[in-house]
Amino acid sequence: MTSVAPVAAAKPGGPTPSRGRAAGRPSVAAWLVAVPFLAFVGTFLVYPTVLVLFGAFQDSNGAFTLDNLTSLFTGVVFDAFVRSIELSALTAVIGAIFGALLTWAIAVGNPDGMLRRTVIAGSGVLAQFGGVPLAFAFLATVGFEGLVTKFLRDNVGIDLFAGSAWLFELPGLTLVYTFFQIPLMVIVFLPALDGLRPQWREANASLGGTSWTYWRHVGGPILTPPFLGALLLLFANAFSAYATAAALVSQGSPIVPLQIRGFLTGEVVLGQENLGKALGLGMVIVVSIAMGVNVLLQKRVAKWVR
Amino acid sequence: MGSLVKQRVLRTIILLVLGVYFILPLIAMAEFSTRGKNDTRSLESWTSIVDDEGLMEALVNSLLLSVTSAVLMLVLLVPTMAWIRLRLPQLQRLVEFLCLLPLAIPAIVLVVGMAPLYAWVNYFFGDSALTLTFAYTILVLPFAYRAIDAGLAAIDLKTLAEAARSLGASWFTVLWKVVVPNIRVALIGAALLSVALVLGEFTIASLLNFDTLQVQVNLLGKRNAGVSIAVSLLCLIFAFVLLFALSYVGQRRRQTVAEEEILQGSN
Repeated sequence: MTSVAPVAAAKPGGPTPSRGRAAGRPSVAAWLVAVPFLAFVGTFLVYPTVLVLFGAFQDSNGAFTLDNLTSLFTGVVFDAFVRSIELSALTAVIGAIFGALLTWAIAVGNPDGMLRRTVIAGSGVLAQFGGVPLAFAFLATVGFEGLVTKFLRDNVGIDLFAGSAWLFELPGLTLVYTFFQIPLMVIVFLPALDGLRPQWREANASLGGTSWTYWRHVGGPILTPPFLGALLLLFANAFSAYATAAALVSQGSPIVPLQIRGFLTGEVVLGQENLGKALGLGMVIVVSIAMGVNVLLQKRVAKWVR
Repeated sequence: MGSLVKQRVLRTIILLVLGVYFILPLIAMAEFSTRGKNDTRSLESWTSIVDDEGLMEALVNSLLLSVTSAVLMLVLLVPTMAWIRLRLPQLQRLVEFLCLLPLAIPAIVLVVGMAPLYAWVNYFFGDSALTLTFAYTILVLPFAYRAIDAGLAAIDLKTLAEAARSLGASWFTVLWKVVVPNIRVALIGAALLSVALVLGEFTIASLLNFDTLQVQVNLLGKRNAGVSIAVSLLCLIFAFVLLFALSYVGQRRRQTVAEEEILQGSN
């Protein structure tokens, strides 16, 4: 339809230099078109964000204070941050390794095949929309009356809950989190693996290289930046996750998102009304660091892939 | 040849092990939700889904929300993004930043700031669950932005718009009769992603105390795990069907782009 190749080719994306009337100086009326979008996003995204970020520096009377931030480094709150970071790092590593293996397994298969399509769609479901259903999937599998629990108890004689109610504590969360971390890895890492050209492998073979030399000198170095980038993304993802943990853990607040739930549902100590916002600020900082390093890595990748 | 065999064996092992790992919970859900009294099988959990009025009301809320959020998202994003490409390239960076911002701010943090805001929203619009439309439109922005941006990048918007304008079309006609039909596949993709996201959302709804599908499923689980597990399984299957369908939509777009490239090449 749009076979006007020369025009399209002459305009790469991004801000064009102020050449031509359209890009020159838009009239006031032209700016008005963007107002509804900016007003909406300003109200429902920027305003709440600012409220959290500034609230973290205010006491109950609205005066400036650093008390909220300093209490992030004490007691249960600090423990929750440490636990959250441990949980996210551990599930990111597990997710990245097994996810990369699964990605490789579907990347070498038929690109239009049913298997690949199924794995990608299934990964999308678990990675992005798992939430509460995932918690119930776990109760059905390894809960007190779950399929696997019952099978092991009745047929093998192993009681999964002999030690403690581990499913509702950190080990349980780690296990559940792999169910959205591995799929997320597939989605994030597949484009990188698809970018490996078969010619590179052939070149390696025709120069007498083995599978080992290929992965050591070609595949490995090319895939390292996207792998590390995906690892950071998985970390940020687990760190931000709330729904699955909230549905699974109804008592106690081992991780930061559940601590915030405590502040929102009323377990607030007088004088600490804004501590919840400080927790929010802390989360945003951790996630932003992970995302920021990721962006730097992606820039490196972009140089390679071109 | 030896390495090819090794590769095939390794691939089979990975697929088998991870396949079992991911399918086992689904089987467990099917088994758990069909348990009857005294080790019998029963479909009671499944039939009582429809009888549960609270659950049905919540489902209607969630379905309505998925429509209203998708519509509000399209109404806000499509004209703005098209206009920015045509007339306001200065805003490109800012709008992209704002649309991707929700990725850096976890929903659990956003809801902390939204709680006081929603006191006002509910004052002006009533306390219907449909007011969640505003929050959900924000949540779907990053996904919708990427889909629509890819759609707009694949067409020669400037030439199309100039052609339509020179034939006397108003800007509204350009948007409605030229832009929208040309990026309809991207719009369908953005809308489907929004629907799936809204149907699965729990964080904001539960902490702002609105009654949506996931909130009810979670509540129900406290007294009747069987029904919650049945509904959860349905949710997962439904989301899978949506995304599976989406994979074909995306492919058709790639194909047409590829065909166009071939056409352009031969010209």
